[in-house]
Amino acid sequence: MAASRKSVLLDPLIENNPIGLQVLGICSALAVTTKLETAAVMSVAVVAVMALSNLSISILRNFIPPSIRIIVQLTIIASLVIMTDQILQAFLFETSKQLSVFVGLIITNCIVMGRAEAFAMQNSPIDSLIDGVGNGLGYGLVLFLVGFARELFGSGSLFGVSVLPLASEGGWYQPNGLMVLSPAAFFLIAGFIWFVRTIRPDQVTED
Amino acid sequence: MQRNSVAYILVFCAAICLVCSIVVSSTAVGLKERQDANKVLDRQKKVLSVASLMEDGALMTAEEVDALFKSRIKAVVVDLATGQVDQGTDPTTFDQLKAQKDPATSKAADKNRAGVTRVPNKGLVYQVSKAPCKGSCNKDESFQLDQYIFPVEGKGLWSTLYGFIAMAPDCNQIKGLTFYEHKETPGLGGEVDNPKWKAQWPGKLAFGALGSAPSTWGDTQVAVVKAKKKPEHDIDALAGATITGNGVTYLIRFWLGENGFGKYIHNVAVRPS
Repeated sequence: MAASRKSVLLDPLIENNPIGLQVLGICSALAVTTKLETAAVMSVAVVAVMALSNLSISILRNFIPPSIRIIVQLTIIASLVIMTDQILQAFLFETSKQLSVFVGLIITNCIVMGRAEAFAMQNSPIDSLIDGVGNGLGYGLVLFLVGFARELFGSGSLFGVSVLPLASEGGWYQPNGLMVLSPAAFFLIAGFIWFVRTIRPDQVTED
Repeated sequence: MQRNSVAYILVFCAAICLVCSIVVSSTAVGLKERQDANKVLDRQKKVLSVASLMEDGALMTAEEVDALFKSRIKAVVVDLATGQVDQGTDPTTFDQLKAQKDPATSKAADKNRAGVTRVPNKGLVYQVSKAPCKGSCNKDESFQLDQYIFPVEGKGLWSTLYGFIAMAPDCNQIKGLTFYEHKETPGLGGEVDNPKWKAQWPGKLAFGALGSAPSTWGDTQVAVVKAKKKPEHDIDALAGATITGNGVTYLIRFWLGENGFGKYIHNVAVRPS
């Protein structure tokens, strides 16, 4: 089991990345990646929600009536998301204001429910927990890379610390305005998918 | 019991809902105090920021913010009907938003385009001192007025915008406008938080020409418009956010008007010499 648990955890990073291969959860990836800080907090929130939702759904998987399983999954996920939102408001107020509605929208993030339905309903709680963390990290990895590029080239800083001094503040770097707009995230995610599929041609889908 | 029987499903639903609601409500109740403290701190920061005493997003601890707030800002409670300062109410504990919700301390608003449904009987005005006060501004006799800060609120497209407008002692020149809470669309109406847009406000005239007598003022002239015609009053609208922009115009008109702080403004406005 040890080897397969490792692959359950690590596969979603590159091999089976939820954004890269499954193309899930794109909309929040566009919205929260203008700054690394928000991207990082969002990733942690998603990892926490996915781990806990997969765990609790897997524990309940033999008791959930099949005919209402989707609603039950949603109820559990929604409760966890509200909890996460409350915790962020209490401890990371500024960041939670920047994330605004997008924490609440984790509920509708397809990755969370997709993993609950596809994995947690069939597997043991421990495996599901690991799968939740793995997929959350896979999502977080993409968010982090996109956030890194967007903040660096769009605002000349990383985690709010100035790296490339901006021309408007007496430096030499002319920021790329496209980077702070949503389309940039599309291009960057597309670039990421292209890169991964070039080194792993088996991921290429047939037309 | 069969996992697909109606009875089982109902019992299961009830159990899940009960557990989930307990979890959600206990988190909400347990963290409420901390969240409220964060909101108070955030409001203090916004007051300081609209008074240009603090930069947006500057890193300051809660104690530093509180100390700066105490040393530069004096709060007064104003009776909106008479426009006089109400000495009987303690401004440090007065909560205008709470007063506005309580039928005993508020009244229904006349129909207005700002979407304000109730007006409090008393409002909370912040006065900013020119120099740091000794101890607390609420007690310092040598307090020298630099700006007034009025709370404003009104409907945008999706939500009520809550904010502050800072005015010079003549109550005509605007010093700044900041919203501390709203749920407008990020990127469109949400751009009311954009520093570039907010930078248009300082120096605009709310009522009449610079130096004009308050008795000659009518409604506020300052407005968010698509094509700027009157450079001293007009603010460039936000693209794709017409309703939010109009909301901002109406909420300023309401709160600086006679149903809001208008009477107080007419009482205290100083004509610049």
